[in-house]
Amino acid sequence: MDLPDDDRLTREGLALGEADAPATAAPDRLLLIACGALAREILDLIRRNGWDHMDLTCLPAILHNAPDRIPDAVEQAVQKHRATHRRIFVVYADCGTGGRLAATCARLGVQMVEGPHCYSFFEGNTRFAATAEEEFTAFYLTDFLVRQFDAFVWEPLGLDRHPQLRDTYFAHYTKLVYQAQTDDPALTAKAQECAARLGLAFERRFTGYGDLETALASA
Amino acid sequence: MADDQDDIILADLDDEELVQQMFDDLYDGLREEIEESVNILLERGWQPYEILTKALVAGMTIVGQDFRDGILFVPEVLLAANAMKGGMAILKPLLVETGAPKQGKMVIGTVKGDIHDIGKNLVAMMMEGAGFEVIDLGINNAVDSYLDALESEKPDILGMSALLTTTMPYMKVVIDTLIEKGVRDDYIVLVGGAPLNEEFGRAIGADAYCRDAAVAVETAKSYVARKHNQAAMRA
Repeated sequence: MDLPDDDRLTREGLALGEADAPATAAPDRLLLIACGALAREILDLIRRNGWDHMDLTCLPAILHNAPDRIPDAVEQAVQKHRATHRRIFVVYADCGTGGRLAATCARLGVQMVEGPHCYSFFEGNTRFAATAEEEFTAFYLTDFLVRQFDAFVWEPLGLDRHPQLRDTYFAHYTKLVYQAQTDDPALTAKAQECAARLGLAFERRFTGYGDLETALASA
Repeated sequence: MADDQDDIILADLDDEELVQQMFDDLYDGLREEIEESVNILLERGWQPYEILTKALVAGMTIVGQDFRDGILFVPEVLLAANAMKGGMAILKPLLVETGAPKQGKMVIGTVKGDIHDIGKNLVAMMMEGAGFEVIDLGINNAVDSYLDALESEKPDILGMSALLTTTMPYMKVVIDTLIEKGVRDDYIVLVGGAPLNEEFGRAIGADAYCRDAAVAVETAKSYVARKHNQAAMRA
C-alpha cells in the first residue's frame, strides 16, 4: 500500500490509482469517493477483506472544516469519474452539511454512509445516538485528526496565534474523547497531549472501524 | 493594520481620525485601545449612542463584511468582538441612563444538546449594538427554557442557534410547541447556525434563516418594523 502522507491527504486528497493499481475504465468496479481523513482506514479494510473490486479516490480532508463545500466537491468528483465507474459509493456521512450532501447524493443516484459524521459511524451510529444526550460536551478526535491536530484544530481556530481564545471555543466542553481506530501508544500519547492543550479531560475509546466496515461491505 | 500602533497617541487624534483608528483597532482586536478611545470620545462630549453606532457598530460592520468575503476568519472576528465588548461594557450603563433608542427585544439561545455559542454570542452582541435588548439564554436550551423566557420577557424576537446536524431539528420542536400553544405568531422566529440554510428555516416554520450576525440584525430590524406597521394599521 503506497499512501501519501497525511499532509497531502489533508490538502489534496488522493487521486484515483495513487494508492493501488491504476484503474482503467471498469464499469463493474466500485469507486469509493471518500474524505481524505478516511484513506488509511478504507485502504486497510480493502486489503484485509480482499475487496479487489474497489477503487479509491479521496477529496482533501480539510473540507472537514468547510462542510458547506462538501456537497459540490462530491458532485464534481462523481461527475468526473462517471465515465470510468458506473458504480460509485460516497464515503462521507452528513458531516455538517445539514442534509445537503444526502440531497446531492440522492439527486446523483449514489449511496453514502449513514450517520451524522465519522465520529458517529466509527463508534457505531446506534451507540453514538444512544449516548448523545450524555456526551454532547465531548470533543472527538479520530486517529487521523490526532495526527493532524494542528492542521484541523489548533491553527484554523487561531490558537497558534491567539492562545487566549482557547476558552472561548472550549469552555463548554468537558472532555476530549479519542476514538482510536488502531492500537498505537504513540498516537494515544499525542491525543492525550491534544487534550491537555485544550484544557480538557482525556478519554481513549477504541472503536476500530465501527460502521465503516459494514457500510463498505454493503456498498 | 496596526503596525504603527505604538506610535499613535489616541488622545492626540481629532474625532474623525480617532473613529477611523477605532475601526482599525476593532479590526485588529485591540480591546484596551477601544476602551481608551471610547473614554476619550465620552470626555469630548459624544453621546454614548453616537459612539456605539458611529464607531463600534460601524467598525464591526467592516469586520463582518471582511469575514463574509473570506478576508477575515473566525479567530480575528472573535478578537474584534472581544474588543467591541470592552467598549460596550463602558457604554451600556450610559445608554440606559441616556435613553438610547430601542429597536426591540430578543430572546436568544443555543438549542438542547448543543454547546456551541460563538455564532450566537456574535449575534447577541451585534443585536445589542443595533439597539435591541437581548436576553441570552446560553447553551443547551430545552423547549421549556425558551417558553419560560418568552413568557417572562415578552420579546419581539426568538432567536435559536445550532451548530450540529443532529441538534438543528430541535428548532422545529420548539416552533411546533409554540404552534400547539397558539403563540407562534406572537414572535418573530429567527434561526441560524453553520449547517442551516434558508430551505431548512422555511421547512421548520421559522420566519427567517440568518447566515451571519449582520444578516440577523438587518432581518430583525426589517421584521420588527413590519410588525410595528401591522400593529399600527390594526390600531
